[in-house]
Amino acid sequence: MREIWKNLSLRAIRVWQRDADVYFTTWKTEFLPPLLEPILYVFAFGLGLGKLIHEVHYQGRSLGYLPFMAPGVIAIAVMFWAFFETTFSSYVRMYYQKTYDAIVATPLLVEDVILGEILWATTKAVIAATIMLLVLTALRLVAWPSGLLVIPIAAVGGLLFAGLGLVTTSMVKAISQFNVAIFLVIMPMFTFGGTFFPIDILPRWALAVAWCLPLTHISLLTRAAVLGWPHPMAVWSALYVGVAALGLTALALWRMKRRLVP
Amino acid sequence: MPASDQNPAIVARNLAKTYGHVEAVRGVSFDVAPGEVVGFLGPNGAGKTTTVRMISCFYPPTAGAASVYGLDVRTKPREVKQMLGICPQEDNLDPDFDVLKNLLVYGRYFGIPGSQIRARAEELLELVQLSDRKKSAIAELSGGMKRRLILARALLNNPRVLILDEPTTGLDPQARHAIWTRIRALRATGVTVVLTTHYMEEAAQLCDRVIVIDNGQVLLEGSPQSLVDREVGRTVVEAWNFDQAFEAFLRGLLGRIELVGDRLYFYPRESDGVERLLDERFPHQERLIRRATLEDVFLKLTGRALRD
Repeated sequence: MREIWKNLSLRAIRVWQRDADVYFTTWKTEFLPPLLEPILYVFAFGLGLGKLIHEVHYQGRSLGYLPFMAPGVIAIAVMFWAFFETTFSSYVRMYYQKTYDAIVATPLLVEDVILGEILWATTKAVIAATIMLLVLTALRLVAWPSGLLVIPIAAVGGLLFAGLGLVTTSMVKAISQFNVAIFLVIMPMFTFGGTFFPIDILPRWALAVAWCLPLTHISLLTRAAVLGWPHPMAVWSALYVGVAALGLTALALWRMKRRLVP
Repeated sequence: MPASDQNPAIVARNLAKTYGHVEAVRGVSFDVAPGEVVGFLGPNGAGKTTTVRMISCFYPPTAGAASVYGLDVRTKPREVKQMLGICPQEDNLDPDFDVLKNLLVYGRYFGIPGSQIRARAEELLELVQLSDRKKSAIAELSGGMKRRLILARALLNNPRVLILDEPTTGLDPQARHAIWTRIRALRATGVTVVLTTHYMEEAAQLCDRVIVIDNGQVLLEGSPQSLVDREVGRTVVEAWNFDQAFEAFLRGLLGRIELVGDRLYFYPRESDGVERLLDERFPHQERLIRRATLEDVFLKLTGRALRD
């Protein structure tokens, strides 16, 4: 681990640049999903489900379903964009395209490649969250200036899921195995991570589980920022997300190095 | 940097690499002089690729040491790789970029300033005759074009040592000869070249010296011609549809006989007069008398059993 720490360098930016170059050559198609996704959710859940649910009780206040759910959609986007980038996309670059092999034939080390991939996935999560923030602002669902906090939250949350994704990549034997991780880890967070309903309506045991999920804390933070309602747990959530992000990044570096260097 | 041209370009001492329980390389030592072209020959799984991958700082050696122009591959990987141009066995061009962009992005990994990369890339595309394919997607290139682009990519940083891992495997004869021509031209500029191959003709055409490696150990080294002379002599007789009398006759001569399937190989110690002798005694025997090649050396040393 000490060697990995010592090998970290700014050269990781070169890998980040490579991924960014690919993204921006196809930016028209890359920008479309984060632009359309919140609109889709807002229509389906907000306007459809919102007709059935007139108000949601959250933090002792009540609000409409749509304003409650919208910040959760940002948290989900952060999770999906970062996690998919360092699972499916990274695996394709590593295993099928041999991109990592090509890069480590230059002065870059394996550590630079891994860190560059994590930083890029984090960036992608921030881009997606920013686009969504703009769309939700246009729909008058964002309180300003606290809404701006979504960007640093997306950065730290993105780092967390980028690290988690790469830890998963370090373990799978075939690309189809990512489906297991998505079913066991991502989907429970998607549904129970404080995204579509306030978790305090859950039974006690389920509530305890929900508080362990990283997405619960990220959605708590995005909701606090977007609604402009300070949350008493916010500091703890921020601490949880920050520590988990750094821990998972370190774990990803260690595990991926073991996978890539025999 | 103690890199005067009298010192070896590459020094390897007792290099070993173990993957789990598999000893891929078991104590390999060699030197490569600056400007020399050295080829590693060996059957599949002999340890050639693992050896060059240790020199290229891809894999840390399990034991032993290696250095490139005085820099240790373990402690100075970035500096070593800055001096190397590496052509891998597998095509690992970046399919997300077109031909020119592949070189531009690769140049960035070496820290070549943006203002220089473009000119250098254009110049190299000219060299490998891909100037008219700049905007082509990688998937549109033929196997030979991909290899040429990989070679151009390996030259971006003006390497002092070029490492070519099976540079022509899977290419048609035209593409193979085109690559050979490039490598010979590079050699004339004084670049040190290390290549691996299992094509004997390739080794004979390009290398000043070959190192035959099998089961992770060096079996033999020397110039291609000296190895042929020393190990098998000048001439080989190949015969088929032969009878016992013919075989018995050859066994009476000085030399080595090998029977493989329905073929007989005879490596006479003294090749003068063998042809005349066989013409006189066995005028109707179906046979071929040819010059011994590196392939005969290779098969003698590593056997004829299949390796894969």
